[in-house]
Amino acid sequence: MKSDKLKFLVFCLVVFALPLPLSTGYLTNVLIFVGINSMLALGLNLLLGYAGQISLGQAAFFGLGAYGSGVLTTQYAFDPWLSMVLVALVVAGFAFAIGFPVLRLKGHYLAMATLGVGVIAHIAFNETVDLTGGPSGLSGIPNLSIGSFSFDSDLKNYYLVWSFALAVILLSLNLVNSRYGRALRAIHDSEVAARVMGVNARLMKVQVFTLSALISAIAGSLYCHVMTFISPTSFGFNISVELLTMVVIGGLGSVYGSILGALLLTLLPELLRTFQDYDIVVYGLLLVCMTIYLPGGMVRGIPALLRRLVPARSGNA
Amino acid sequence: MKRLISAALAVVSLLSFASAALAAAPIKIGALFAVTGPASFLGEPERNAAQMVVDEINKAGGIKGRKLELVVYDTGGDATKAVQLANKLIKNDHVVAIVGPSTTGDTMAVIPVVEKAHIPMISCSAGIKITEPVKKYVFKTAQNDTLAVARIYEQLKKERKSKVAILTVSDSFGSSGREQLKSQASRYGIEIVADDTYGPKDPDMTAQLTKIRGSKAQALICWGTNPGPAVIARNAQQLGLKLPLYMSHGVSSKKFIDLAGDAAEGIRLPSGKVLVADLLPKTDKQKGSLLAFVKDYQRHFSAAGDHFGGHAWDAVMLLKGAIERGGDTPDGIRNQLEATRGFAGIGGVFSYSPRDHAGLTKDAFVLVEVKKKDWALVK
Repeated sequence: MKSDKLKFLVFCLVVFALPLPLSTGYLTNVLIFVGINSMLALGLNLLLGYAGQISLGQAAFFGLGAYGSGVLTTQYAFDPWLSMVLVALVVAGFAFAIGFPVLRLKGHYLAMATLGVGVIAHIAFNETVDLTGGPSGLSGIPNLSIGSFSFDSDLKNYYLVWSFALAVILLSLNLVNSRYGRALRAIHDSEVAARVMGVNARLMKVQVFTLSALISAIAGSLYCHVMTFISPTSFGFNISVELLTMVVIGGLGSVYGSILGALLLTLLPELLRTFQDYDIVVYGLLLVCMTIYLPGGMVRGIPALLRRLVPARSGNA
Repeated sequence: MKRLISAALAVVSLLSFASAALAAAPIKIGALFAVTGPASFLGEPERNAAQMVVDEINKAGGIKGRKLELVVYDTGGDATKAVQLANKLIKNDHVVAIVGPSTTGDTMAVIPVVEKAHIPMISCSAGIKITEPVKKYVFKTAQNDTLAVARIYEQLKKERKSKVAILTVSDSFGSSGREQLKSQASRYGIEIVADDTYGPKDPDMTAQLTKIRGSKAQALICWGTNPGPAVIARNAQQLGLKLPLYMSHGVSSKKFIDLAGDAAEGIRLPSGKVLVADLLPKTDKQKGSLLAFVKDYQRHFSAAGDHFGGHAWDAVMLLKGAIERGGDTPDGIRNQLEATRGFAGIGGVFSYSPRDHAGLTKDAFVLVEVKKKDWALVK
């Protein structure tokens, strides 16, 4: 337990010190999106990695959060912080309501149902032109501010987003190491066995689905205030799949794995730009290799790979 | 001895580096194009044309002895990526101006970034929101939808057709067109009797067309980019729909005729003049630029230059003009851009002003008709 706290503190320090050497570069800007993606990936990981329930509709909650905040602040002149809270609660309520019928499904059927939620939301963002600006997007969203202090630069937004991300990480760490988290993992391994042991599996699945939607909605609100512009392309099916890839590549059922996955998948396209037109091919190849050689994700795969390589080398010598 | 030689070599190479740097640091221009993804039909010709014209400027000795350097990034048509890359261009590459992005969505996302950083940007996308209201550092070269709509409505009025059906795609191009079609109709005494939309990936539009067939429409105006309009043309032919069919400038490339085949025959659309460069009268101011662009593009890429590539060509040439007239700082370039008058490019004759950062009039469009699988001017 003590080493967990230490790990988290070290991680906090790294996060807070990271922008210092690169404060003027655009990397700070990319790291903001790493923070937002980390929150989204963590939300999905709680659902998929711990409770074992797949969702291909995370982009819907992310988009609802972003559009909720965007529309309330631009069209109805709401206070950004107030709208963030309101929207998060409404989205959570919505997820709770649809959670009961949707989470009765299992496996492929659950994937299909959540996929449907994502597609419906995407269509709604596109078609409600009067409210959302439709496909050409919604612009003029204000930055967040506290009093006269406005989060209007990359560096300020970095600390803003990562404060939220760290809070979500802390919450997740506490959750998964609690009695509740153990019950979730029991559902993951065998729902029947968990129910026999007295775990209210149905309610817990809906609860964790709601929590994951809540985290996604907050990430969405942050995204819209950081970007100050949103359009439906940012909340499509491909985003849900990308989030799924982050969680799987990083490591299912590992909090830091999700962060690692978000970091890798957000930074990788930037690093691969040197390959120019072939970057997408290299990107795909890397992902394929990682799933083959690092099963269980990077957090478990890399140490395992090292263990396999190191004795082999000493054996040769 | 060996050490001495290498030291001497090092000094010589350092000196030559330094002198090269002193001679003329290149002027860095950034470019954001959707080279991959759903909007690649815009981004690819734009990148090609931009690189082509930059190479040519450099071959001719650059601008006032300084070479241009074009830094191109691919947004993939994703707004988040476009913002990240705009930041990269400004903060890492230190560009003095940006050409692109290709789509209205990407452009709207990037506008806050360039406005904050005070970097002039010439967008290659058409959305009217980009320059209305005017933003200090944002210009564009693609023709406004307003002008294209006006061109079609003018023709309909001439033919005394007052009832139209509109069928628009549900993306940013289509919704902007739909808005304009609806808002300008009354000015030309036109009534919209059917208003339908279709999804960008829909494989069949028979349902919408059947509904339109039942209406009192005298003409059908369809607003979209390939391949949707080609599907509509084919469906209309299958249904035996006799209405005159108008398309938007979004399909004004040979690709549309290839996709629609026989069904394209007789379809009319407003288009930039590049499609019909050789048919234009000699008095046309743009004819010189147009013929040069088409010939160059054909030679470099063995493909017909279309107006998408033209948008990027115009943007780079406008920048060249602004830099020549005395701006090599971002603010200098911005001021000179705004002072551009009567530049005859590919998209039209550009005259920017503090109140107009789109710079074109409806003369930028001609109405063309597909005849025998080629374009013909509608008189």
